Amino acid sequence: MNKAKKLLYSQKIAPFVFCLPFVISLLVFWLYPLVTGILMSFQTVDFGVTQWVGVSHYAKLAKDPFFKTAVLNSIEYMALTLLLLVPIPMLLAVLIESRITKARGLWKVIMYIPALTSVVISGMLFRLMFSEGAGGQMNQLMQWLGQAPIPWLKAKGTGWVALLLLCMWRWTGVNMLYFVSGLNGIDGTLYESADIDGANAKQKLWYITLPLLKPTTVYVITISVFAGLSMFLESFMLWNGNSSPKNIGLTIVGYLYKRGIETNELGYACAVGVVLMVIALIINFIQLFVTGTIGFKKKED
Amino acid sequence: MKKKWLAALLSAAMVLSMGTMVMAEEAETEAAPTAVTTVGPDDATAKYELWSFVDLHNEFYGKMVDLWNEQNPDRTIQITFSTYPYADHHNKLMMSLQAGSGAPDMCDIEIGQFPNYTGENCPLYDLTDALAPYEDSVVQSRLDIYSRNDGVRVGVPTHVGAAVMYWNSEIFDEYGLDYKSVKTWDDYTKLGEELKEASNGEVFLTSCDTGSVDWLWIAMAQYGEDWTGGPDGEVNVQLDSVKKMLTMQQQWLNDGIAMISTDGHVDLEAGFKNIMDGKIASFPKAMWYMSRFKDYMPEMEGKYDITKIPVFEEGQPSSVGIGGTGTVVTNQCENPELAAEWLAWAKLSEEGEKYIWNELGFDVCNTAYWSDEEFAYDESNYYNTFFLVKPYEILNELAENDEIGRIYSTSASPTINDYFCTTTLNEVLEEGMDVDEALQEAQDYISFAIM
Repeated sequence: MNKAKKLLYSQKIAPFVFCLPFVISLLVFWLYPLVTGILMSFQTVDFGVTQWVGVSHYAKLAKDPFFKTAVLNSIEYMALTLLLLVPIPMLLAVLIESRITKARGLWKVIMYIPALTSVVISGMLFRLMFSEGAGGQMNQLMQWLGQAPIPWLKAKGTGWVALLLLCMWRWTGVNMLYFVSGLNGIDGTLYESADIDGANAKQKLWYITLPLLKPTTVYVITISVFAGLSMFLESFMLWNGNSSPKNIGLTIVGYLYKRGIETNELGYACAVGVVLMVIALIINFIQLFVTGTIGFKKKED
Repeated sequence: MKKKWLAALLSAAMVLSMGTMVMAEEAETEAAPTAVTTVGPDDATAKYELWSFVDLHNEFYGKMVDLWNEQNPDRTIQITFSTYPYADHHNKLMMSLQAGSGAPDMCDIEIGQFPNYTGENCPLYDLTDALAPYEDSVVQSRLDIYSRNDGVRVGVPTHVGAAVMYWNSEIFDEYGLDYKSVKTWDDYTKLGEELKEASNGEVFLTSCDTGSVDWLWIAMAQYGEDWTGGPDGEVNVQLDSVKKMLTMQQQWLNDGIAMISTDGHVDLEAGFKNIMDGKIASFPKAMWYMSRFKDYMPEMEGKYDITKIPVFEEGQPSSVGIGGTGTVVTNQCENPELAAEWLAWAKLSEEGEKYIWNELGFDVCNTAYWSDEEFAYDESNYYNTFFLVKPYEILNELAENDEIGRIYSTSASPTINDYFCTTTLNEVLEEGMDVDEALQEAQDYISFAIM
């Protein structure tokens, strides 16, 4: 056996070879853009000509009222989606997996279908549904209820009803499936022994299902935090562009898009992106520490 | 201890890669072109790529390629046309020019986006030589808006976009009101009161836009003001003209003479519906809005009239050029002279202007043909019989007194437009906020954002 072959069959090197495609894609598509993005946030970029400007982009960001609106909107959206998209899908999953439910497969498919549609199309449909004209479905509904038509998308309260409905319609099924798979991982004998001990349904849910679902819950919360903070397309489609009345639909990524693409300030937009990353990392680390996914509690080892 | 840090690091990587996944999902919506066509012979002298965001534009360019090849058999060209959705189109163009590769040879750029490309390191080819044969007869302000900050021409205009008043004459006939004698905004307001009374408040005189600054452009042009301050000036949105227009519109809304445009402005489905239902009786819009009648409201044939827009004080110029698309040759084009020559010819020569007027329905930039009987007033043109007046009659009337003003597009324009369409107009028209206060707020933000 020659050296090259030996190297190829070496048990020590093989794992690295298998990891290589992932590592390379991580370096090329993740680390490189990340590093250039951070560097660009200290520059102005104009058609190939760059100039170092120090931290002036960040200093400006700190005073930028639009950016403040965008950050608050994004965090508020994230918080509301967490409130809606964790408990509701969890309950639905428990219901679907319970013995009394018939045609479980059908329910799962029906709940999952919205996730397969494009955000662009669903956003447009919601925009038409919530149109301020008397012809929109929601305003027709209001008329049947004897109410005057509402300009839904012009005020924050009503506009966000549409935005959150769109989000729930799309993601409830996905999160529910995560919870269903989590539920299937719970050992059935636990429920049997609980039955023998005389536990009622509520106790079984509280003392068996919820604690054992925790890994799934942590995962769902983590991705929801990210999806919530980086939301852009839903609001872009719902308000037919990046300009919503009084910026009620402006998100951090929306603002990044606005400054980077619409007004050609790529350096400033990169600073927005870096701030988004920092916020997301902080929130995620707090959450992962709190839930004990990472941390320093294994003292007894 | 080591393991813990490794675990923490791995979780961080996981979290971040999920972030990139979310981003990737967004990127995936970047659409492929909706249509790609190639026109011209394979053995052409030069081959080009051209992007547009309007299918009709590419159709027009394709016809002009065939015509050019007939007339210039020794210098034939072949062009591959791609049409992208509006936002994608400008994203891709911006990115490819920023990155220095991947841009098309020629490209349409919407006027609102144009200032992004005209700065110091302008990536566009100098069109001065190519435009020279047409320079004298083309509306100067239209060439100016597609120029670099130092005045060098870099874009070929499509139309003038002169703002005019559209009237639903049927409504005024029904109530026996006369709109033709309206000369000033005071007359207009009075007509609105009469209309409100006659129709029992069911028909509004007009609709005020919260998602478009057209009304303010008209006001500024009438007073000869410009909130961008021009290429070298300072941005100032606290102008008398802007205040007057907003105060007047606020009054109309309070008095029930006008409504707020459904969905923000009239160039949308909801706007077409208000027009067709006769909910609004008049509105000011650029001449290119005529094509909307052809495409979306053919039922209004013979009902609509066009006049000059009322002015604040008699003697003021009434109109302003609004909207438009400039076509450019990029610095990534390999044979730019020929491309530039063809482009200028396609959009400004007699052959090109004929197509633009007859097929696209725009007010052409080359004034040499405006008073040409055969060109401008031919009955076979759709618009000459659709409206109660021949559109070029109004255009010539405006040109006679040099009434088509201009508002500059500068690097501050996208920021000003965005702030007004998201915030100021909503505050003033929807919430009835004090005009001075709203404009002060706008000025503060815009000065901050563009520094």
